[in-house]
Amino acid sequence: MLFIVVPAYNEAKTIGSVLNGLIAIQDEVAQIDHKLTPISIVVVDDGSDDDTFSEAKSCGVIVLRHAVNRGQGAALQTGNEYALTHGADLVVHFDADGQFDPADVVTALGQMRKDGLDVVLGSRFLDRRSSIPMTKRMIILPVSRMVNFLFSGLWLTDVHNGFRIMTRNALLKIRITQDGMAHNSEIVCQINDKKLKLAEVPVKVVYNEYGQGIRGGMRILGDLIFRMFCEKG
Amino acid sequence: MHLSIIQVLLLIFFIGAILKVAGWYLVKEIGTGMMMFWTIFWLAAGMITAFPGVTSYFAGLVGIGRGADLIIYVSLVVLFFAVFRLLVKVERLSREITLLTRREALKEGDGQKK
Repeated sequence: MLFIVVPAYNEAKTIGSVLNGLIAIQDEVAQIDHKLTPISIVVVDDGSDDDTFSEAKSCGVIVLRHAVNRGQGAALQTGNEYALTHGADLVVHFDADGQFDPADVVTALGQMRKDGLDVVLGSRFLDRRSSIPMTKRMIILPVSRMVNFLFSGLWLTDVHNGFRIMTRNALLKIRITQDGMAHNSEIVCQINDKKLKLAEVPVKVVYNEYGQGIRGGMRILGDLIFRMFCEKG
Repeated sequence: MHLSIIQVLLLIFFIGAILKVAGWYLVKEIGTGMMMFWTIFWLAAGMITAFPGVTSYFAGLVGIGRGADLIIYVSLVVLFFAVFRLLVKVERLSREITLLTRREALKEGDGQKK
């Protein structure tokens, strides 16, 4: 069974259309492997102040609610644990802000099955569908790629892209302990450590907001370094 | 014994701190161990303030010229360590809050129909 985990924090405006888009790919997923359907969509409302919870509920999906805001990494781990205990074979991570295209899930699933992959990560740089702001493309992303490589040992074309699909086997080996945005680097580190078979797939990203700026990037770096000094492994 | 104004001010502050510690202990905001530690700490600070010559003796033992320098070095090390410990503690608390939040969310989610 396919589980799609959607972490959401104050996304009342976009969550409905995102969920309807995901519900609509059911038939295409069934064509790849009918055992993956019915799709279970799990929204993790990360302590939103707006109507994210009720909007998601009205779409008829499973909605888990964090009583207080704990960060995207924490929300994803909650979704992962729910998916694993409810028999997920594959788990997709998909952002709630409407920046991803649900059709990319189908394409990525197809490639995953064809190549026998454990994990696929989305990349904005494998095709030209995403219009990335120039400062992000020219400055922030190259630096982030370098930092990601230094921490994880994997040289990827993109970083901190929230689109990923993991098999059950991969998910059993990956545990997100970084509650904030540093979970992206943490996941990549664990993929490398556990020697999981990985590929990047092209995804389209629509920029509604700028996303991680320099301050966000510095916070991620700080979280990663702090954790390195505070504990082993 | 002649005390300078700064010594008098510091001693008043330390007495206030000891009274505060005693107050917290009486209303059970801190335990006996904590009360003992902070009382001894502020008493020691008071002794050093009243008799600064004592620090010169210890400074000489470890190869530092002045007693005041020894106090600054030791204070800096202790403060940095305290900040580090606090950060680690805050991190651990934060993780525990996440685990609790997750447990509640999953419990609530198990009651939902797919």
